[in-house]
Amino acid sequence: MTNNKPTLKARLFEGLFDKNPILVQLLGTCPTLATTTSLQNGFGMGVSAMAVLILSNLLISLLRKFIPKQVRIAAYIVIISGFVTAVELLIKAYLPELDKSLGLFIPLIVVNCIILARAEAYASKNGPVDSMLDGLFMGLGFTFALSLLGAIREILGAGTLLGFNVMWPSYKPMLIFVLPAGAFLTLGCLIAAVNAIQNYAKKKSGGKQ
Amino acid sequence: MTIGSLIGILITSILIENYIFSRFLGICPFLGLSEKPSTAVGMGCAVTFVMTISSAVTWLVYTFILVPAGLEYLKTIAFILIIASLVQLIEMFLKKSVPSLYTALGIYLPLITTNCAILGAALLCIQNEYNLLESIIFSFGSAVGWTMAIVIFAGVRARVAFSETPKCFKGTPIALVTACLIAMAFAGFQGVELPF
Repeated sequence: MTNNKPTLKARLFEGLFDKNPILVQLLGTCPTLATTTSLQNGFGMGVSAMAVLILSNLLISLLRKFIPKQVRIAAYIVIISGFVTAVELLIKAYLPELDKSLGLFIPLIVVNCIILARAEAYASKNGPVDSMLDGLFMGLGFTFALSLLGAIREILGAGTLLGFNVMWPSYKPMLIFVLPAGAFLTLGCLIAAVNAIQNYAKKKSGGKQ
Repeated sequence: MTIGSLIGILITSILIENYIFSRFLGICPFLGLSEKPSTAVGMGCAVTFVMTISSAVTWLVYTFILVPAGLEYLKTIAFILIIASLVQLIEMFLKKSVPSLYTALGIYLPLITTNCAILGAALLCIQNEYNLLESIIFSFGSAVGWTMAIVIFAGVRARVAFSETPKCFKGTPIALVTACLIAMAFAGFQGVELPF
């Protein structure tokens, strides 16, 4: 560990790959599995969670000196659920289609472990700008993983991407990938792929460490 | 409302719309706590206990406080606070009156507040426009289904631990693939049409 502040680029990379909330830290698996039936849904979920993450990180970091230690978790939950309700109402008003397909999982962003984990681990100890950036990078990592998962499932399960046909005409969609079972399988294989890449990287740099 | 429709809700919530394998609620503890069957049973009991009580309480609060006051949009905030305080209350009550149950469920209770299955059940009861009895039956059935899923999964995982898996699949990835296979089995219930 060094005391130097990591550069923005390093932190972006950390959020997207090294400490990706879904693929590496395994936080927030419920919405990941449930909402990634297509790229559009996965992306929508990712962006909604990212908005809540950035705003709640900002507010919690601003209030971090006023919130008593004993009741901090309860205070965080109230702040988070306030923002979630706002996002929920906005989506209902402007994107009714997305609201229909995400349904229950928008209010459930409240109990998404990523948001509470970042509030506790980062925003409660760092300044507002840093916390907002942390929310942005972690949110990007979350959105990235959800979009990737959604894209894979949509291509294999329906043969489309964002509603356009992308596979050859005789391709028969494998329905299993849009069903719950396919969600587990795709996420399992993605995490295994990430592990394999990490093992390979470790082996390559193994001589130095 | 007949007895038949209640049984229908019960069976639907346990098998056909199983919380883990078709609704994806409560996956975090499902992956985290299912390494040993005994832990899985403990967590399952705690969830069943809290989910049934919290759904009843949130239903009452929603119907008699939020709706008359026109504050339906506050339900997420209200429900999460109710669940958090309810978990604390149950913990204190069990510690005082039923210490044996407290020692059995103790460590699992605080974890339940952030279990999305509990909040999910409370929200689903409102969304499906159930009455009080239906809400209680629904959340009890969902919790039983959740428990069943996590116990089955823990049993399978205990077996998988002894088999040889490729290095990159060790741990969570193979658990997810296992869950996929069980989910396929549960998908068989999807087409079932209940006679009531």
